[in-house]
Amino acid sequence: MNSRIQHLFDQHPKRVLNVYFTAGYPHLDSTIEIIKQLDASGVDLIEIGMPYSDPLADGPIIQESSSKALSNGMSIELLFKQLSALRSFTSIPVVLMGYMNPVLQFGFDRFCQEASKCGIDGLILPDMPVIEFQRTYSSVLKKNHLNMVFLVTPETPEERVRLLDRCSSGFLYAVSSSSTTGKDKDFSRVEQYLSKLKSYNLSNPILVGFGIHNADTFNAVTQLADGAIIGSAFISILTNKGVDPATINDFVKSIKGN
Amino acid sequence: MQKLFSVPDTDGYYGEYGGAYIPEMLFQNVEQLKEQYLDIMSDDSFKNEFNALLKDYVGRPTPLFHAKRLSEKYNTTLLLKREDLCHTGAHKINNTVGQVLLAQRLGKKRIIAETGAGQHGVATATVCALKGLECIVYMGEKDMQRQQPNVARMQMLGAKVIPATSGSKTLKDATNEAIRDWINNPIDTHYIIGSVVGPHPYPDMVARFQSIISQEIIAQLSSEYGVKSPTRVMACVGGGSNAAGAFYHFLDQPNVEIVAVEAAGHGVHSGMSAATTQLGVTGILHGSKSIVMQTSDGQVVEPHSISAGLDYPGIGPMHAHLFSSGRGVFMSATDEEAMKAAFEVSQLEGIIPALETAHAFAVLNNMKFGKEDLTVICLSGRGDKDLSTYMSELKLKQS
Repeated sequence: MNSRIQHLFDQHPKRVLNVYFTAGYPHLDSTIEIIKQLDASGVDLIEIGMPYSDPLADGPIIQESSSKALSNGMSIELLFKQLSALRSFTSIPVVLMGYMNPVLQFGFDRFCQEASKCGIDGLILPDMPVIEFQRTYSSVLKKNHLNMVFLVTPETPEERVRLLDRCSSGFLYAVSSSSTTGKDKDFSRVEQYLSKLKSYNLSNPILVGFGIHNADTFNAVTQLADGAIIGSAFISILTNKGVDPATINDFVKSIKGN
Repeated sequence: MQKLFSVPDTDGYYGEYGGAYIPEMLFQNVEQLKEQYLDIMSDDSFKNEFNALLKDYVGRPTPLFHAKRLSEKYNTTLLLKREDLCHTGAHKINNTVGQVLLAQRLGKKRIIAETGAGQHGVATATVCALKGLECIVYMGEKDMQRQQPNVARMQMLGAKVIPATSGSKTLKDATNEAIRDWINNPIDTHYIIGSVVGPHPYPDMVARFQSIISQEIIAQLSSEYGVKSPTRVMACVGGGSNAAGAFYHFLDQPNVEIVAVEAAGHGVHSGMSAATTQLGVTGILHGSKSIVMQTSDGQVVEPHSISAGLDYPGIGPMHAHLFSSGRGVFMSATDEEAMKAAFEVSQLEGIIPALETAHAFAVLNNMKFGKEDLTVICLSGRGDKDLSTYMSELKLKQS
């Protein structure tokens, strides 16, 4: 069965925009409102971050939003409650991003069942080891029709890129440089790296994340990749302007064009 | 093959604990280390340089001291492994000497470290100064306040100390910041983890560098007491590096009792504790699977201990395995008990121990010793850095 993500890419879209936000931020009950507004403004894919106390792969902006979300009372349990009616109002592909520890506490099997029940399409768990995925988790994900997205970086050798591509489904997450989210990038090096990835003819579409924050950076990376992920820049919008439909719409349009 | 308690399997697991749960951004660095650490450590030029520095710079071997007055009090024989006499005042330097030499062989120019009590930070800054390497130490803002002398020492040694201001502003958060730094500087930087925590191969690598402690204990017991092994070995455990070193060569000798002492803070069930094995469940922290203090929702909790070096919500995977398998006896001591023990050791033996170390002595009251027992206690560090905490206790006593 093809997921909504695979269905999206089957139509060979250009310049896919994936927007990340942290569940429970800025307010505990913002989750659904943000999904609706991102969907309405023309985003192609949504990545919902499950807040964690120790988000190693994230930069300060996302970490701040996680801390706030946790102090607002966000939990995986509550997120699934909020998402229970997700598919009654949108068919946009949605992936959950988070860290292994809270997912293991929730119970990996139970987590996948609940996610699947809500109509979630895939998972990004940056600290899941490939070896554990192959041994234990791959079959659980498959059973629940969930895609798994692995990350690659400019330092990842070709052989491992291919391994991570084989383990991934839906898309492959290309980290624009080896660094935590939200830092400015030197784009000529990013271009070189993306050309290299493109030349591998991988089986998954490539979405570029980390450092994409405006139309220029979005346009630059989508020359060479299938799309891009915006996280910290969108969180900053939420921090400064709240969950405001006009602002969110303007932000998305400013990146994707009309 | 018989599974060993001292060494993990090829994927870095001690029983069910260990592994490498790291984001891809760290993979190449950790993989490089994993592929090379054993080769580098077994290379003759490395071993010669490492051993020479341990001898002439660190001051090894450290004495195994018969604490007669303390022994008399508990009607047994207590031997203190004097890691407090190492250069910089604690066992931490055994590991930093090893890792700096290793980093040089990996071609790294820049060293980062996290520190709790500051002992690991000082030990890292010291060896970086010796070898002319740039050194950045992440330290919780709260720890910087309670361990000011060590902050000053690191700065005098030329290191840059960066406060970790997130979360509980202690060791856990300093570790997060150091890992982020490594993610952002993947090429030229080596991260010296100070304890037997982190992704494989760190727990094994640090345990091997610290295993010089038990290696010396074996030689000293043999030459001074004519025995091959002690009745038991005791050590305090935060992440667990001094314990790993003191236990190492005895872990696979079932006749030697292993006693680990955690920090109970205000009391194990007070909500202000760092007794990880008593309060934690299986989870993932800082790149490895271990026992982790966390909420039912999987958020890592902020622990408490009067001693910055034990104020950590996790424990090395080797120790988690010792605990869950029953190989080790795990005890805990409160802030107050540790404080009392620090004064007892000071006044009976003329040795002012670090607050961390004092926890190992604080459980002596609760133990049953045979008269013929030989008990080795790892005296992991000296207490100079804790004088302000000790002085406030003295003032309380006097008022």
